[in-house]
Amino acid sequence: MATYTFKPYNVGRWIIWGLFALVLGLAPLVFTSNLSGTMLAQMGIAIIACLSYNMLLGQGGMLSFGHAVYTGLGAFVAIHALNAITAGQSSVPVSLLPLVGGLAGMGFAVLLGFVTTKKSGTPFAMITLGVAELVFAMSLMFSDFFGGEAGISANRVAGTSVWGITFGPQIQIYYLIACYTFVCVALMYAFTQTPLGRILNAVRDNPERVEFIGYNTQRVRYFAFIIAGFFAGVSGGLGALNFEIVTAEVVGTGRSGGYLLFTFLGGATFFFGPIIGGILMVLAFVLLSEFTKAWLLYLGLLFLFMVMYAPGGIASLIMMNLRVASFGKLRQIWVSYVGLLLTALVILIGAAAMVEMVYHLQLNSALGDNLKFMGVPLNAKGLDSWFGASFVMLTGLGMFELIRRQFLTEWSDIQIEIEKEIKRREEA
Amino acid sequence: MTYALELKDLRKNFGKTEIIRGVNLAVLAGERVAIIGPNGAGKSTLFNLISGRFGPTSGQIFLNGKRIDHKEPYEINRMGLSRSFQITNIFPKLSVFENLRCAVLWSLGYKYTFLKFLSGLKDANDLAEKYMDMIRLDKKRDILAMNLTYAEQRALEIGITIAGGANVILLDEPTAGMSKSETTRFISLIKNVTHGKTLLTVEHDMGVVFGLADKIAVVVYGEVIAFDSPEAVRSNPKVQEAYLGTPSSESAIHGLEGGH
Repeated sequence: MATYTFKPYNVGRWIIWGLFALVLGLAPLVFTSNLSGTMLAQMGIAIIACLSYNMLLGQGGMLSFGHAVYTGLGAFVAIHALNAITAGQSSVPVSLLPLVGGLAGMGFAVLLGFVTTKKSGTPFAMITLGVAELVFAMSLMFSDFFGGEAGISANRVAGTSVWGITFGPQIQIYYLIACYTFVCVALMYAFTQTPLGRILNAVRDNPERVEFIGYNTQRVRYFAFIIAGFFAGVSGGLGALNFEIVTAEVVGTGRSGGYLLFTFLGGATFFFGPIIGGILMVLAFVLLSEFTKAWLLYLGLLFLFMVMYAPGGIASLIMMNLRVASFGKLRQIWVSYVGLLLTALVILIGAAAMVEMVYHLQLNSALGDNLKFMGVPLNAKGLDSWFGASFVMLTGLGMFELIRRQFLTEWSDIQIEIEKEIKRREEA
Repeated sequence: MTYALELKDLRKNFGKTEIIRGVNLAVLAGERVAIIGPNGAGKSTLFNLISGRFGPTSGQIFLNGKRIDHKEPYEINRMGLSRSFQITNIFPKLSVFENLRCAVLWSLGYKYTFLKFLSGLKDANDLAEKYMDMIRLDKKRDILAMNLTYAEQRALEIGITIAGGANVILLDEPTAGMSKSETTRFISLIKNVTHGKTLLTVEHDMGVVFGLADKIAVVVYGEVIAFDSPEAVRSNPKVQEAYLGTPSSESAIHGLEGGH
């Protein structure tokens, strides 16, 4: 595995955070449609959730299968608080409701995390799974709090508005989410630069040794879990405000699995990986699911390939290529990249045609055997369609493999050159 | 009088097997003690008992007069005892500097804080730099620990052990797997960084033992059969018989004297 550290130059840091704020501020002016408006809001929420999850997975080595418990319970408490404002029982401004969600998430993390963080590794993962199932089962039992099948709905235009901001229009709620996203990302980055944040990395790397330098690893995991619970709750509270409805599904294991999957896809080894993951999560859930019924299958396949071939996620791919680029060697391999991309596309087209035919047979057989895939008419029971699709896929596979071999030799040559260059610079 | 480290009738069984069978040992502050003995004699187990990795079956351990048996490793470490490991035990995905900084944090009182930036902790950073110079890894400051050479990793292992400022140091075969020339350099390094501290070390290399130790404890079958100055231990017939096989084992005695 390639390894290197991300060196924070102070000027660079200001530029990066400035750009981040700029992107958050300008995004709704660039993407103006209704759909993109709701997607941007959801991306902010997902970014906070994935980053808080990565505090456990990437920074603490804690594989949690139940992170949605904390985002979800945060969302429920926030929406009950919102209804209390509407009913005139509470005078908390609507803009602070995400913090209410955060405190709720933190409170539940204090309570449940005490049990889960007693263990690490596989037992930890098992216990989080158990807790997630427990909370989901409870959501079906206590319909007063969880709202049963209908969930709890609310109206975010509540209480007194400040400067005419009611959070009614989508754009206003977007900017509220954007502010929370910026502050939460900054705070979570700051956490990685503190003593607890660093010892958390040490606990991930070698828990046994940490015990012999004076730290109680259980305590370290517990504190990190509570902090992650807070940010998860903030994300849940923002979700409650954004959708104005919270259903039991938000504490479900499916949601927890989503956080795990997209945090990993984005890249758990770098701080910014889960930001990519959060964006991908919304793209997949909103766009890909519109595009094809088999979207979960494609997602699963993508996840599989990432785990096998790029366990550092997209972030690590970016960082590896940045390293190559910083030594001015990217132009040696860009041809291979184009080749890999094109042949992968060919494989995808062939495979997707077959997947779509199978789905058509299973779900839409009443409509006949004919379907259109990317403008090409296919017959789901026709030999020629199947032959054509598998021919496309196998051709793609063959070419991909050829280019991949070429690429691997080029890649390792470049790595050797870079190592030499580094040695040379060290000696100079 | 209080000893830096005192073991009283320490016993440890794994199932029905007795590994440590009533060890008594009293180490004065500032003494350098080498623990020698054949393979499987229980030297490493002894270290694991003292450092809290395992709890003893019976018996007592005192650190500067305070009971430490049945305490957790981190509690024992906070009371001033630190150990290294026979198999390198560092933080592989952190840089050399970060490894050492983690090791100094608790002793400087930063505990679990997340309200301070590491870059602002001048004392912790200076101390980590100081230890990095001491173990001569200052040129490898930002290299990840997993990318160091074996000898460098061993040095970092010692660095992490001493960085917390403990006054009783346990080194479990610090020179294991090193070449002759590396060992020689490493011994002077250990002498240097443990100056003024109480040192216990498990060691196989007789050259190292005689170069480093004020006193030698010989452990055989879970018992300390001799604890004395190197000269006295060498001429002790019990040691010669138990540890070296037979009293007339010429080559083995030669081995002992060769290290002189």
